[in-house]
Amino acid sequence: MLESLLVVLLIAAVAWIGSCIGLTAVFGIVLPYVAVLVFIIGLVKRMIYWAKSPVPFAIPTTGGQERSLDFIPYAKLDCPSSKFGVFVRMVLEVCCFRSLFRNTQACTFENDPVNGGARVVYYSSKWLWFFSLLFHYCFLIVFLRHFRFFMEPVPSCIGIIEAVDGVLQIGAPRFFLTGGLLLCALLFLLARRIFDQRLRYISLANDYFPLFLLIGIVLSGICLRYFDKAEIAQVKIFIMGLTHFSPVISGLDLNGMFIVHLTLVCTLLIYFPYSKLVHMPGIFFSPTRNLPTNTREVRHVNPWNPPKQFFTYPEYEDTYRDAMAAAGLPLEKQPEKKPTE
Amino acid sequence: MAKLPSPKDLLASRPDFPAESWLDTKPEFAPGSYCYPEKKETMELLHMPNPHDWDPSAEDWNLPDDWEKILCDAFADRLAKHRSLKLFMDICVRCGACADKCHFFLGTNDPKNMPVLRAELLRSLYRRDYTKLGKILGKKVGARGWDKNVVKELFYYAYQCTECRRCSLFCPYGIDTAEITAIVRELMHEVGLGTHWIMDPVKNCSFTGNHLGIKPHSFKEIVEMLADDCETVTGIRPKTPFNEKGHEILFITPSGDVFADPGIYTFMGYLLLFHELDLDYTLSTYASEGGNFGSFTTFNMAKKLNAKMYAEAERLGSKWILGGECGHMWRVVNQYMATYNGPSPSHMTVPKSPITGTVFKNAAATKMVHITEFTADLIRHGKLNLDPSRNDHIITTFHDSCNPARAMGLLEEPRYILKHVCNHFVEMPENTIREQTFCCGAGSGLNTEEIMELRMRSGMPRGNALRYVQQKYGVNHMACVCAIDRATLPPLANYWAPGVNVSGLHELVANALVMKGEPKRTMDLRQEDLPGVEDDAEGGEDQ
Repeated sequence: MLESLLVVLLIAAVAWIGSCIGLTAVFGIVLPYVAVLVFIIGLVKRMIYWAKSPVPFAIPTTGGQERSLDFIPYAKLDCPSSKFGVFVRMVLEVCCFRSLFRNTQACTFENDPVNGGARVVYYSSKWLWFFSLLFHYCFLIVFLRHFRFFMEPVPSCIGIIEAVDGVLQIGAPRFFLTGGLLLCALLFLLARRIFDQRLRYISLANDYFPLFLLIGIVLSGICLRYFDKAEIAQVKIFIMGLTHFSPVISGLDLNGMFIVHLTLVCTLLIYFPYSKLVHMPGIFFSPTRNLPTNTREVRHVNPWNPPKQFFTYPEYEDTYRDAMAAAGLPLEKQPEKKPTE
Repeated sequence: MAKLPSPKDLLASRPDFPAESWLDTKPEFAPGSYCYPEKKETMELLHMPNPHDWDPSAEDWNLPDDWEKILCDAFADRLAKHRSLKLFMDICVRCGACADKCHFFLGTNDPKNMPVLRAELLRSLYRRDYTKLGKILGKKVGARGWDKNVVKELFYYAYQCTECRRCSLFCPYGIDTAEITAIVRELMHEVGLGTHWIMDPVKNCSFTGNHLGIKPHSFKEIVEMLADDCETVTGIRPKTPFNEKGHEILFITPSGDVFADPGIYTFMGYLLLFHELDLDYTLSTYASEGGNFGSFTTFNMAKKLNAKMYAEAERLGSKWILGGECGHMWRVVNQYMATYNGPSPSHMTVPKSPITGTVFKNAAATKMVHITEFTADLIRHGKLNLDPSRNDHIITTFHDSCNPARAMGLLEEPRYILKHVCNHFVEMPENTIREQTFCCGAGSGLNTEEIMELRMRSGMPRGNALRYVQQKYGVNHMACVCAIDRATLPPLANYWAPGVNVSGLHELVANALVMKGEPKRTMDLRQEDLPGVEDDAEGGEDQ
């Protein structure tokens, strides 16, 4: 855990120092282009890598009643038998984290009066679902808000998002809710890794690093907006330069914190395709969710299905013919009559 | 078998998490925590790779010399064959939602029984060979190389997972531990590691047609004895057609039901039901196994054992197959059979109930119908004369088997039947039934005696839920639709909720079934008095 934190701090420090010693071109131009390339190529390669392996079997996890008899209503969302049903199931999974919504927490009570002994109770536990959803949606909105820097003129929908996001009308510049909530969600996700014994036990550096990285990005972002403020006009010129492939950086007043923010974002982009963060495209490939539960109705074909090799009936009858005849079982071939003495 | 601790002691003896990282702990092969190894001859007979003698509790497992290369190559091969494996290795975020969904974890508190860590055991090897960060940073990012202790660990935990898929229901990405466990077991088989309790039935099924190795003449004899018992109870001797050509339906059920108490009563239930319907069907001694222990071994072994079903339907000219109550059998039939051994023989037709005319469109390709779908449809159409009061002495609950629940969605059919054959039906707590059902603790080939304590631990969530309804509602019976359940739930109930009986669904159906021309029934299929019989007898004497 500490190592992950140190690595993030180190990256931030290097970016800060870099900006101080005049390496802004490296952190501001070279790194972003490299990061975006690595992100896109890495993700595409990862998806091709997955797609290269076939789906030999249809193994949807059924989360409800199958479609069988007419008088039994079936679970269209959790046990979809059509492609459209699967589409809806996937939309709910991706947009609402439906599986996580089911989450429960098992508690064992040693002396339960009903059971006259131990009793396990499964409580609904929606915290993880709530904060994950909060994190992902806030991140999405923050991401969309940043299109203000990428587009000229700024699309009106971004203005609307900003208006809603700043609805509390606190401070100047106006406090964006999503920034704060994003930080809260990240801190919750980090706290459960640290304070929940089970989570602590399974967590690796690969789990802490993206959390610290994201916290770093959010903190530096908040800092740029409210405290160590960036020159918005200058940032926009710089970003527009990048997106139009005619980068300008010399002469622009970009503060160190901005370079830190940018560098951390670039780190995230580079890290993304080589980490667990590939769950983003991965969920769409998941065979327990993205296949219809019509496996008896439509045959799923396995491209590497090996040839059939089994103990055939003729072999079976050859092995047991006499006993089968004696038991009066029907036979394909009658046993040879033994010569009678 | 060692004496079991009391339920209280068993719960209290769950150890805390170890202080050191999971990368530094090793499993302890204490008696009772592992299944006995398979016999070398069995593996040779089945042409499994690298058969050898070994002992799980020994330091040296006599692995083949080039074991590491075999395993690395096999892992690469499986990654190339299964997109699911690549994906499940890559996308886990270790959110921990799966942790307390696993019955093995709840019962043992062993962190490596959290589905996430069970998968991490394999993922750690994947990271070293298939991810850049793992290659560079190694253990820091949870990557490690193969060594013999890792092999032991994989074996240990692959056989402490019943492939029940409960975790996959809760996983936000649908990561299916059953898939990972199945592949780890395949890898273990590459270096000749398997368990006797699984491989012996596989061998039997390969050469006699069923797990128990019942030969054709004995199979017929046993079924006829069961038909005799049916006659004792009902006064009607059901027909027992075997290997007969030209019948519309081929009936296949797990062989455990012709052999083991209380499965035999379920089998008698089938015979009586089919007789009452005058169903045009046959049994087969060749395809006399619905279950498939091959599915606990390798995908190809599952395919091999399953192949007999279509082959026999083709030979006998059956139009469709009716399948009995079984859990993993239906995982295979519902999700794998058509893929493994389809398309179905060309003369087979979309299943249609000859009694009600209902077409089972949901089985259009596989041509195999679950008996509860068949019976629920009969009841719906009023084709069965049922007297549920014959089951009035029981207050029953229903155990959803993992595979029909989470790999098929068979939830309402058995309940519909149960409600029509029993007047007293109580559900267990909602987070322990239907798609959230807990495993009996001994599925996927772990229903062996030598790990009884482990089974009681992994069966704790199920046993505990059963105890709750027993104490609260007076439940004294648990119905199920799985042959392994019928073998594993009685000891589980006996341990966690003594006094609860276990039976298949069709035992209860046959008990309630009023057959044409039957004399007044006084006994149930177990030849125990029906409720009210004694009163009647006394009343008769008075008169």
